Amino acid sequence: MPTRDRRTGFSRRRQYGAFLGYVLAVAGAVVGAVLLVISTSRPGTFAPARMTVATLTGPVSSGLDAVTRWIGAIPTAIGSWINVHGENATLRAEVTRSRTALMNARTIADDNRRLRRLLAVRDRSDDMVVAARLVSSTPSSGRRFALLNVGTVQGVHSGMPVRGPDGLVGRVTEVGPITARVLLLTDPESVVPVRRLGDGMPAIAAGRGDGRIDIRSAERTNVRFNMRDDFVTSGTGGLYPPGIPVARVGKAGIDQAIAIPFAAPDALDFAIVLNPFMPLPPPPPSLPSAP
Amino acid sequence: MSQAERSSIDYRPFARALPPGRARVVPWATVMAGSLVTIIPIVASLPLLPPMGLVMLLTWRLLARFSLRPWAGAPLGLFDDLLSGQPLGTSMLLWSLVMIGIDLVEQRLVFRDFWQDWLIFAAATVFCVMGARIVALPLGAHVDGMLLAQIAMTIMLFPLAARLVAWIDRKRGTER
Repeated sequence: MPTRDRRTGFSRRRQYGAFLGYVLAVAGAVVGAVLLVISTSRPGTFAPARMTVATLTGPVSSGLDAVTRWIGAIPTAIGSWINVHGENATLRAEVTRSRTALMNARTIADDNRRLRRLLAVRDRSDDMVVAARLVSSTPSSGRRFALLNVGTVQGVHSGMPVRGPDGLVGRVTEVGPITARVLLLTDPESVVPVRRLGDGMPAIAAGRGDGRIDIRSAERTNVRFNMRDDFVTSGTGGLYPPGIPVARVGKAGIDQAIAIPFAAPDALDFAIVLNPFMPLPPPPPSLPSAP
Repeated sequence: MSQAERSSIDYRPFARALPPGRARVVPWATVMAGSLVTIIPIVASLPLLPPMGLVMLLTWRLLARFSLRPWAGAPLGLFDDLLSGQPLGTSMLLWSLVMIGIDLVEQRLVFRDFWQDWLIFAAATVFCVMGARIVALPLGAHVDGMLLAQIAMTIMLFPLAARLVAWIDRKRGTER
């Protein structure tokens, strides 16, 4: 279906209209290039615009998230309803019922364990700001951001670390009134200072972009990383509180190893926003301009 | 006018043009809806979701040439940038370039059918996804395998998107 109808005829108005269309197209590309240069050199410039949109889409994502969780709970609900009101008392039904009950009990036990762990987490870190959910992310881009359904109203500010019950998730980079954007650990531009559990050897955990993390030695060279070495935040730099689990080495290496993060953001029930370990220093006073 | 009567003659020089309001808005709305797919409640560890806004834009451009103005790439790209997590301006630049590029290619093609459209779609997808990767990510990031998978999935999506757009386009044209 080739559309070869690009003749504008003798109408001056149509000719100028078509020409103007192409001028505007090129102008759009130029404006895009300028915006791109600005947003790569000063990444925070357009945060307000992004967070305005996120303020509108965040509640939608939260609602969809709640609905999916609710639908996920329906099979359990139906199963238990049948068990309570079911009329057949045959042995097969009895076995089925007890099996379902066992499954339920296992689920509850799991829930209990997880909630206890969460409680323990809350007990240990008294500098928690708020507990929230990660409701959406950037699944089509190479960057790894997630949207948190709390914002400045709940006391969340830019730069706060975020953790789950299992380990570190990332840190808040942009905030809106009711939403916040989290830079995940696995983002290629995320860097977290860590130390090895056991001997305290300092290292750096940098995201790879493919869901895993590169662990690089920070002080010494010729360091051997073994399988199943665990790394926790060291507190260096003052942003992340020390002692939060980060990742476990999955493939041994020298000076550099690939590790798998403890906290899987896609399977996270709760995310906890923490206060920065040390408050951020005030911005340096602007130098007086040379005469 | 019934459907049969309408489809019996293809060329109707004196038929009324598309209804201006909704027929103009529908393509824009579908492209923006494609960009909005990223708000689904999934916290992805890998960039595997096809860029649906781009898919819709290209399909509209290839199937219904006059449905989007030549400059539509910039505003629609800006909207996509606000949602996709890329640095602002990425899609604005790349989508504008793609719209201009398709115009240039179209002028030089002697004939065109579905396969040529698919080829143009594939080239534009590779250009946009790889361009976005170069702009947004450091060169050392280990995402290229994932992006190849994403590109393959996006290209495979074209027949489906073409069906959808053709259906919407038919609805858009017939309703007055």
